[in-house]
Amino acid sequence: MTDAHKEQPSIFSGLAATARRDLLLAWKRPGDVLNPLFFFAMVCTLFPLAVGPSAEQLEFSGPGVLWVAALLATLLSLNSLFGSDFEDGSLDQLLVSPQPLPVLALGKTAAHWLTSGLPLVLVSPILAITYRMPMSVVGVMMLTLTLGTITLSLLGSIGAALTVGLHRGTALLSLLILPLAMPVLLLGANTVSLAAGNDVYTTGIWALGAYAIASLSLAPYATAAALRISNE
Amino acid sequence: MWKFFHQLASPPHFYRLAAVLSPWLAAPGIALIAYGVYAGLFLAPMDYQQGDAFRIIYVHVPSAYLSMMAYMIMAVSGGIGLIWRIKLSHAVAAAAAPLGAAFTFLALATGSIWGRPMWGTWWEWGDPRLTSELILLFLYFGYMALRAAIDDTAKADKASAVLALVGVVNVVIVHYSVEWWSSLHQGQTLMKKGGPAMDPAMLYPLLAMILGFTLLFGSLLLRRVRTEVLFRERRTRWVREMILSPEGS
Repeated sequence: MTDAHKEQPSIFSGLAATARRDLLLAWKRPGDVLNPLFFFAMVCTLFPLAVGPSAEQLEFSGPGVLWVAALLATLLSLNSLFGSDFEDGSLDQLLVSPQPLPVLALGKTAAHWLTSGLPLVLVSPILAITYRMPMSVVGVMMLTLTLGTITLSLLGSIGAALTVGLHRGTALLSLLILPLAMPVLLLGANTVSLAAGNDVYTTGIWALGAYAIASLSLAPYATAAALRISNE
Repeated sequence: MWKFFHQLASPPHFYRLAAVLSPWLAAPGIALIAYGVYAGLFLAPMDYQQGDAFRIIYVHVPSAYLSMMAYMIMAVSGGIGLIWRIKLSHAVAAAAAPLGAAFTFLALATGSIWGRPMWGTWWEWGDPRLTSELILLFLYFGYMALRAAIDDTAKADKASAVLALVGVVNVVIVHYSVEWWSSLHQGQTLMKKGGPAMDPAMLYPLLAMILGFTLLFGSLLLRRVRTEVLFRERRTRWVREMILSPEGS
């Protein structure tokens, strides 16, 4: 017993191993990472086509459109968070593992953010420039998107865990997560708008940061509880 | 004392207790609402600013308050069910959700009808309360959709309890973020906070309506819990015996 206890890997190696595995899976299936990105770019393309190409309008609607598109793209990528693990049984392995489940869930969520949130943040400047966003504002937008997508990944992991294994999961997941995600959208998009209008925008950054930290500390527990419930 | 609580958690006991309590809540509730409607519509004086339009608060305020109260009942009883594994409290949560959604809708509808003459628009995105209430409605929809999607009742109970608890934390964040957001929109005609002290002739009907709505909500909730318990326990002996017995329920 004591020997087994000694050999048990640390919490951090459990977290790192889960994240590394998911990153490796994403590397082998680049489509899963790229599809939400293309979706993000296409939604951003739809708006100028729908509302017209006038520079004034684009400048005005840019922050909102980019944020809505990022939110939808994150939603789109959430299904794969636990879905394939549920199908091939590796989720059961996570559940019976001696490592604390919230930590493993955090590892999976971290990998999800690295493969969905981070690419969105990196691609967003290109789209922002097409919306005539000044460079100084682009930095603020990337910061809000970084903080916001962390929160979205964490909130989304709760929803993904609750709906894993359900037949009508996709639409249901959006229905569960969108109300929870609204504050993020509201803070994110309006902070960028404020920055674009040369207003004081730091309140929104602090609030987004606080939300990200709060969800970072609480969401893994909810995700773990939801995973246990879904796999009873 | 403890015996009372233990008995309360037993479905057959609660089923009978609810049958006794429900009409005792409904009768004063309906009486108070009847008084409130009459006094609110005929006895209360006209508002010096809003004219007769203010009278919609006699439905709006109780609905808005119950929409939040129902969510708290849903989340707290879901949490109790999750922690102490009391099946009955899950039944309460399940029964509270559609009622809460209905009151939320009523609050939104009356608010928007009031907004038409007051703000000149059916919907005002700049008002934080309207937006938070709408998000609350979506939270209810999500909760009910999750319940409906999971076939296994025990699993649906627990999963939706987790969602309701996450939602409680979120409702607070929604409230403050929406307030911050609407303060960005300068010059909105926000409803005055309370305004000058209300005339007693206006206030008493409102208090009667709030109490009456709460009692009626309690009575409806008990009725819904009874149905829920009956359905959930349909395979147990006490339900079969009760249905087969000559007195019926």
